[in-house]
Amino acid sequence: MARVVVDVMLKPEILDPQGQAVQRALPRLGFEGISDVRQGKRFELEVDGPVDDAALARIHDLAESFLANTVIEDFTVKVESADVVAEASK
Amino acid sequence: MSRTPLDTVEHAAETPDVELPWAELGLKKDEYERVVEILGRRPTGAELAMYSVMWSEHCSYKSSKVHLRQFGEKAPESDAMLVGIGENAGVVDVGQGYAVTFKVESHNHPSYVEPYQGAATGVGGIVRDIIAMGARPVAVVDPLRFGAADHPDTKRVLPGVVAGIGGYGNCLGLPNIGGEVVFDACYQGNPLVNAGAIGVMRHEDIHLAKASGAGNKVILYGARTGGDGIGGASILASETFDDAKPSKRPAVQVGDPFQEKLLIECTLEAFQEKLVVGIQDLGAAGLSCATSELASNGSGGMRVTLDDVPLRDSTLSPEEILMSESQERMCAVVEPGKVDRFLEICEKWDVIATVIGEVTDGDRLEIYWHGGKIVDVDPRTVAHEGPVYERPYARPSWQDELQADDANKLPRPQTSDELKDQVLKLVGSPNQASKQWITQQYDHFVQGNTVLAQPEDSGMIRVDEETGLGVAIATDGNGRYAKLDPYTGAQLALAEAYRNVATTGAKPLAVSDCLNFGSPEDPAVMWQFAEAVRGLADGCLQLGTPVTGGNVSLYNQTGEAAIHPTPVVAVLGVIDDVARRTPVAFQEEGQLLYLLGDTREEFGGSAWSQVIHDHLGGLPPKVDLDRERLLGEILISASRDGMIDSAHDLSDGGLVQAVVESALLGGKGARLVVPDGLDAFTFLFSESAGRAVVAVPRSEEVRFNDMCGARGLPATRIGVVDGDAVEVQGEFTLPLTELREAHEATIPGLLA
Repeated sequence: MARVVVDVMLKPEILDPQGQAVQRALPRLGFEGISDVRQGKRFELEVDGPVDDAALARIHDLAESFLANTVIEDFTVKVESADVVAEASK
Repeated sequence: MSRTPLDTVEHAAETPDVELPWAELGLKKDEYERVVEILGRRPTGAELAMYSVMWSEHCSYKSSKVHLRQFGEKAPESDAMLVGIGENAGVVDVGQGYAVTFKVESHNHPSYVEPYQGAATGVGGIVRDIIAMGARPVAVVDPLRFGAADHPDTKRVLPGVVAGIGGYGNCLGLPNIGGEVVFDACYQGNPLVNAGAIGVMRHEDIHLAKASGAGNKVILYGARTGGDGIGGASILASETFDDAKPSKRPAVQVGDPFQEKLLIECTLEAFQEKLVVGIQDLGAAGLSCATSELASNGSGGMRVTLDDVPLRDSTLSPEEILMSESQERMCAVVEPGKVDRFLEICEKWDVIATVIGEVTDGDRLEIYWHGGKIVDVDPRTVAHEGPVYERPYARPSWQDELQADDANKLPRPQTSDELKDQVLKLVGSPNQASKQWITQQYDHFVQGNTVLAQPEDSGMIRVDEETGLGVAIATDGNGRYAKLDPYTGAQLALAEAYRNVATTGAKPLAVSDCLNFGSPEDPAVMWQFAEAVRGLADGCLQLGTPVTGGNVSLYNQTGEAAIHPTPVVAVLGVIDDVARRTPVAFQEEGQLLYLLGDTREEFGGSAWSQVIHDHLGGLPPKVDLDRERLLGEILISASRDGMIDSAHDLSDGGLVQAVVESALLGGKGARLVVPDGLDAFTFLFSESAGRAVVAVPRSEEVRFNDMCGARGLPATRIGVVDGDAVEVQGEFTLPLTELREAHEATIPGLLA
């Protein structure tokens, strides 16, 4: 079993009210030096079977049609190896 | 990396032969030539950006202007009108020192591309129009039209639109009190998302969009400017600058309702302290629009330093800054001595505010960037003296055939069972079914002043807690009627909204409209538009309700197929005491049901012809505006004098639809008798205009009848509120449980 991660971010030109709210809170909390914050979504998909090109194409499809709203969001798909997953879950 | 020099006014004068992408920005050749003629040289990139957006159909009304003039020319005398067409929104006197501003606008195209944000920013835009007049927004309404209810794309668009309206409006704390939801295949690729808002102020608080007084400062406040909604300007950007920057700009804007809420409070506080000379919200065409309109409505010129505009994205070019449609921004003109206080208020509300320029004693709008003058124009040529087209229009060749296809000849139900079956089908059809699943996603009661909200005939808001003064608003439109006859269709929309306001007991005062049509370059569409405007202007004159402003949305078409012509009309009314309002729901068993008005065999464009026969043809119901006025007066008097306990206007779906709705809302049935001279089918399904059903307490029957008789309004006793079924004597009995299932299950079944 492998884990595939889909990161969804608002396109750079699109207003991100949440990110802005975080950014504006930072100085109030004493964290200086952060000029911008953009907030996105991370999906971790546990994939049955091998993560081959066909599986990735399917994931790309589902990300494009369901996880991301491609009118205003970009997404990236990356594979995390099974070993890394095991390591992380310890 | 080579960078072309800044395209300043000087540079433009020295390089007359530089080719500019005017066509890509939507200008026609003769329009571009006119710009060159006005300026006496080629425009700079920034000037071209301004002219192209301000001369667009959306901002300049270039195709519709020649027709819209009728709203002014035929405006009825009205003491109520305080501010008319041309300002951000019209203002109407509602008495006791209060004024009300209201307007309806479209956000159709953005809502199709990105339903949630498109609809949300539509609400944001109309609310800013209201605050720009100096009023506190108190309610919103949303007339919506989607493709076929069972089409898969409707399931994408509708939930997004509804969530966007709900999300934005609820965050602002504004009750959503009215509107419509209509399904028709003609809106499949062009859903209509119209948004209306009402605001209340004291007379002395009215503010106008003008920049006067040399030396006064121009302050931009609200959100930072980003690359929102400037698809077109990117062409200029990539032409003018190097290719390294992101050139693909999304046409979608994302709204931030919490920022807008701050903007409302901050603006109203500045008004209260009388800090503002003139004000304009930034909507379509952004800064181009705000600066040129403020300057041309005032007495002087204006000088703006674009470098001072707070940016969200530092790579924006000056052209993009001028065209950006970033949401939640306003522009105020403030006397120098009051600037500090204005900025303090903004800071208190956590709103970014920056002085970007000042009013000059000249007559030019000058804009600077990195020290160079990139715009030097007469603002009037940008804002007001855009092209005006007398587009050719012609009655479409298919109109006669359509009207000849008489709906009155459609096969009618032959037996009582068939009649009953058709009643169930009608009240359960997507257009006639309960829209509760949709409207309950909006907050109706926030602020605690909502007196009536959907599914009442009109929304009603209490304006003054002490006296009970209130305002009512209804929005209506029927594209099917308008397709059959745009002149009559527009008047029917007006008549229905007028009737809906009167039915709740409020006196109709003024009108706003949102005119949704196909491409003005199609003479058939242009004819529909011209006819609808003529009909509406004539109708408003006759009813004594002036048009205070509105919006035109053209190009609602996919390929050759235009939407039905859809004039949506909002009528605003006033009621002295909201405690005297009349609800739709049946209140008490034993009360007598009266049908007011005349019922004729009128089925053209009717809900029955659509639901049972999927038919559109013939002529729409006749309009008699004097009758509408009389009916309105009777309904208002009856409500004021306590002669009726419930009332419902008759429109699409006819009498049976109205009675079923009143019964279901009140949880009380009705026994109906078909009056002499009518057959049961016509009685139940006809859509003759100028009618309402009222429930009269027995103790008031004589008084009510006397009033109708004296005023010459036909009033026919048709039954009584009774039991837990709707019974049509001699025909059928439908238990409320069965009606409720049919009426309320449809929309959740399709969309949930």
